[in-house]
Amino acid sequence: MFGWLVWRDLILAWRRRADVLATLFFFIIVVSLFPLGIGPERETLRTIAPGVVWVAALLASMLSLGRIFGNDYQDGTLEQLLLTRQPAYLIVLAKVLAHWIVSELPLVLIAPVLGLQFGLSQNGLAIVVVSLLLGTPVLSVIGSVGAALTLGLRAANVLVALLVLPLYIPVLIFGSGAVQASVTGSDPQAWLLLLGATLIVSLVFAPWATSAALRISVE
Amino acid sequence: MINLTCVRGARRLFKDLNFSASEGELVELRGPNGSGKTSLLRILCGLATPAAGEVRWNGRSIRKLGEEYFASLAYLGHQNGIKDELTAIENLRVSGAVSGTPLGKPEAQQILTRVGLLLQQDLPTRVLSAGQRRRLGMTRLLSSRAKLWILDEVLTSLDDSAMNLSREFITEHLKQDGIAIVATHQDLNLATPRIQQLRLS
Repeated sequence: MFGWLVWRDLILAWRRRADVLATLFFFIIVVSLFPLGIGPERETLRTIAPGVVWVAALLASMLSLGRIFGNDYQDGTLEQLLLTRQPAYLIVLAKVLAHWIVSELPLVLIAPVLGLQFGLSQNGLAIVVVSLLLGTPVLSVIGSVGAALTLGLRAANVLVALLVLPLYIPVLIFGSGAVQASVTGSDPQAWLLLLGATLIVSLVFAPWATSAALRISVE
Repeated sequence: MINLTCVRGARRLFKDLNFSASEGELVELRGPNGSGKTSLLRILCGLATPAAGEVRWNGRSIRKLGEEYFASLAYLGHQNGIKDELTAIENLRVSGAVSGTPLGKPEAQQILTRVGLLLQQDLPTRVLSAGQRRRLGMTRLLSSRAKLWILDEVLTSLDDSAMNLSREFITEHLKQDGIAIVATHQDLNLATPRIQQLRLS
């Protein structure tokens, strides 16, 4: 069941490629504009790199949240998913996984290429990838709570941002902190461990909150 | 064994509504638009919560049964619950797999043949007509092993032959000791002995 649901969402995303690529292009554009706008000073770029990459990833993630449940809500498949014998927890996890693969994984993969524009060292680039790899799933799964709560509401995008930003900020701090640490030469391990812990906690609790929110939204 | 569904009380739309249904019985839900038929059906599904009262399945509240109740239930609402970008056969197989009754390709094709959609099996649902999409929505009922069917305006968008097909399916389901609760504008005219009519005003 889990596999089928993930497969289904991946196929749907593939058949609606334009929507999905929009998130990736947004990320690329935002990250690439900074070196152009701020100037080629290496030290400056290296200092702002962690923040820029992470903020761009965060914004891109927020913009894509409506897609997790939006389409299913509109054609009635969401309520069908909630009417199966499968625990809603697993259904949410499957959809969030598919969403992460489609919307966030491309960001993780392209980040090192973009990071070159900021003159990051190889080590720095590696930490960028690892921090995004640990952090973007958190953004997806926490974001799913906001997405579920604002389903079908007008101005959903704004509301989602308000709901989800307070929870995103710790992820931002840990993630950019890790990259920052590697840039300044200190050990990023503590930051990465915090990210890992946030990931585990959010994977355990958020899907439960999301399924409760879905049942409310579908009523 | 008797399967009971009792609903007492509700929202402003209706109050102190009480009924039960047992195996092989059809409940026809009648009433003008806006009288709360859809709301009642959604309450029976467990998608919505009534302001007062409860729904019971085999004597136990569906709130407590949760997924166990959903496993015995198949719902076809106003929306067909199908994805536009998937083909007909993909839609059927995915909904089967996700609801716990996976369908192999030949099985799925058999069901599509029964509703007359075999030729369209590889077309994206987007290009099908409203009637065809409704028929595709019905395949979900046929592929599930649910005892209770909750149908909202199942005859809408269908032409005569498709309407007869639906009547056939519902009659068959009732013969197999299933229960059907159907909201409808028109008389179903089913050749089935046990019918209960519920009128909302």
